[in-house]
Amino acid sequence: MALALRQRSILPGFGLTLGFSVLYLSLIVLIPLSVTFWKASTLGWGSFWHIVTAARAIASYEVTFGCSLVAAVVNLFFGVLTAWVLVRYTFPLKRLFDSLVDLPFALPTAVAGIALTSIYAPNGWLGRPLLALGVHAAYTRLGIVIALTFIGLPFVVRTVQPVLEDLDSELEEAAASLGAGRWQTFGRVLLPTILPAALTGFALAFARAVGEYGSVIFIAGNMPMRTEITPLLIVTKLEQYDYAGATAIAVAMLVVSFAMLLAINLLQKWSGSRLGREELEVLPIG
Amino acid sequence: MKAVLKLGFLAALAVITVGLGTLAGARAAGPSTILNVSFDPTRELYNDYNAAFAKYWKAKSGQSVSVQQSNAGSGKQARAVIDGLQADVVTLALAYDIDAIAKTAKLLPDNWQSRLPDNSTPYTSTIVFLVHKGNPKKIHDWNDLVKPGTSVIMPNPKTSGGARWNFLAAWAYALKRPGGNDASAHDFVSRLYKNVPVLDSGARGATTTFVERGIGDVLVGWESDALLAVRDLGPDKFQIVVPSISILAEPPVAVVDKVVDAKGTRAVAEAYVRYLYSPQGQDIIARHFFRPRLPAVAKKYASTFANVKLVTVDQVFGGWQKAQATFFADGAVFDQIYQPGQ
Repeated sequence: MALALRQRSILPGFGLTLGFSVLYLSLIVLIPLSVTFWKASTLGWGSFWHIVTAARAIASYEVTFGCSLVAAVVNLFFGVLTAWVLVRYTFPLKRLFDSLVDLPFALPTAVAGIALTSIYAPNGWLGRPLLALGVHAAYTRLGIVIALTFIGLPFVVRTVQPVLEDLDSELEEAAASLGAGRWQTFGRVLLPTILPAALTGFALAFARAVGEYGSVIFIAGNMPMRTEITPLLIVTKLEQYDYAGATAIAVAMLVVSFAMLLAINLLQKWSGSRLGREELEVLPIG
Repeated sequence: MKAVLKLGFLAALAVITVGLGTLAGARAAGPSTILNVSFDPTRELYNDYNAAFAKYWKAKSGQSVSVQQSNAGSGKQARAVIDGLQADVVTLALAYDIDAIAKTAKLLPDNWQSRLPDNSTPYTSTIVFLVHKGNPKKIHDWNDLVKPGTSVIMPNPKTSGGARWNFLAAWAYALKRPGGNDASAHDFVSRLYKNVPVLDSGARGATTTFVERGIGDVLVGWESDALLAVRDLGPDKFQIVVPSISILAEPPVAVVDKVVDAKGTRAVAEAYVRYLYSPQGQDIIARHFFRPRLPAVAKKYASTFANVKLVTVDQVFGGWQKAQATFFADGAVFDQIYQPGQ
């Protein structure tokens, strides 16, 4: 078996690097996560199920996963658009705009939360005009979506950008010269190329949003059943010294997140393989 | 998923903190360093007090002492100490949080509260209302808070010690009304929380929501925070309303035995909490808007603190353990308020 593994790659150092990767992942990811599972297992199945299916917990999953999904979809569309603009056009201060994209990564989330709340609060710069239009932004689910969109913005832009940069504009010219309309070119040439990257960005933005705590608690209003996110529920349980209950909710969240990320990964793989096939079909003709 | 990772990191951080704490303890031979882990509204109080105590201790024993100060939500602080934060002294919002340290981590004996005078609470406070200047909504007492259309800002009692005092004060008011009983109090408090548009996780957060964001007609919270807000933000913006009845909030202090014995700081830590009861300590306390215990100091600052009928947790609710189980545990009264169909 060891021999078979070694023969699979012509690159040297397989054993060493695999060993290091496994150790590294274990230390950074697996050990803390398995402690979570172990702590939750002290509860017993009955009380575990009771905690994770409580009405308030279910409502918080809806808020967290629902708002994260909406924010990730918003980021998917506008992220691709932003990446497109940044790659395909030249305009003044383009470098500056390009680096602005990364700011949500660098900013402490609490700062983002406080800033967004003071802007979108009913007496804030944007909150006041929005309220005049009848839109309550801060302290509602819309506020949560705003915060999650903010912190997830860089993911789609930064995953799609390099793909677009590598994409030869000759491909589009070829499509056009073969009689494809603009929408056809977009749908059959561009979209399949950037789709896997866009989906990766979508998955990252979604995962980040699901786990986000710092920025959301300031703008959410934190009302049980309405705007209470699951991470807050976990912190609430911890503040009551209910470690087992907190880890139970964490495990439920982890399982759902993992399932959703796996699904997105499969989708991405499927779209990637579809791209490979289309390339085969397209290239000999072109 | 990040939240879970955060848990992992917190655990790692706690381990590192413990490690560093032990190292620091081993080195502290000459000048001493102690850590006071406290709750949110005492930030300014202990800044002043720590300097005064260092001077007093230097004069008394010849030893220099530097007091490190940590402030955050009371429950969060207790959890940090349970998880290994090397606190020599804890000064928290309510006895239940120090009980948790005694019971969960066994860092101090169960009878800790009887070791110092006045139930180990060198200062008290109470719950009052802060309203906009001129009191436009005519809020004078607790029953004005449950009127439809009144927006009340209070933090979440599950995460904030101060909010638990709020909750119990409102309950005590409803209970003491003519014909008041547990059912009518439950109904009163449910209606009260229906008027709360934002549940912040801590007392300072709620103050920010009310003062900076302009949300709500009234802020219910610590008297010390309200007096501070009026002094710092100006009496032309806010004013304090004192309800007919409120609760005697008793934030206790304690020396953490296991930590001071390991670090060899017992003498200085005990002097630190004892000095809070001295005339000098009491004066600093009163200047920072906590109610002093010493009659002479109380007399001097009598004009600062409103005369209000105060009930205690022990009288009305049979102590913190019972109050916690009845009202704030999972599935208890506070959770029932937010159950659907209520």
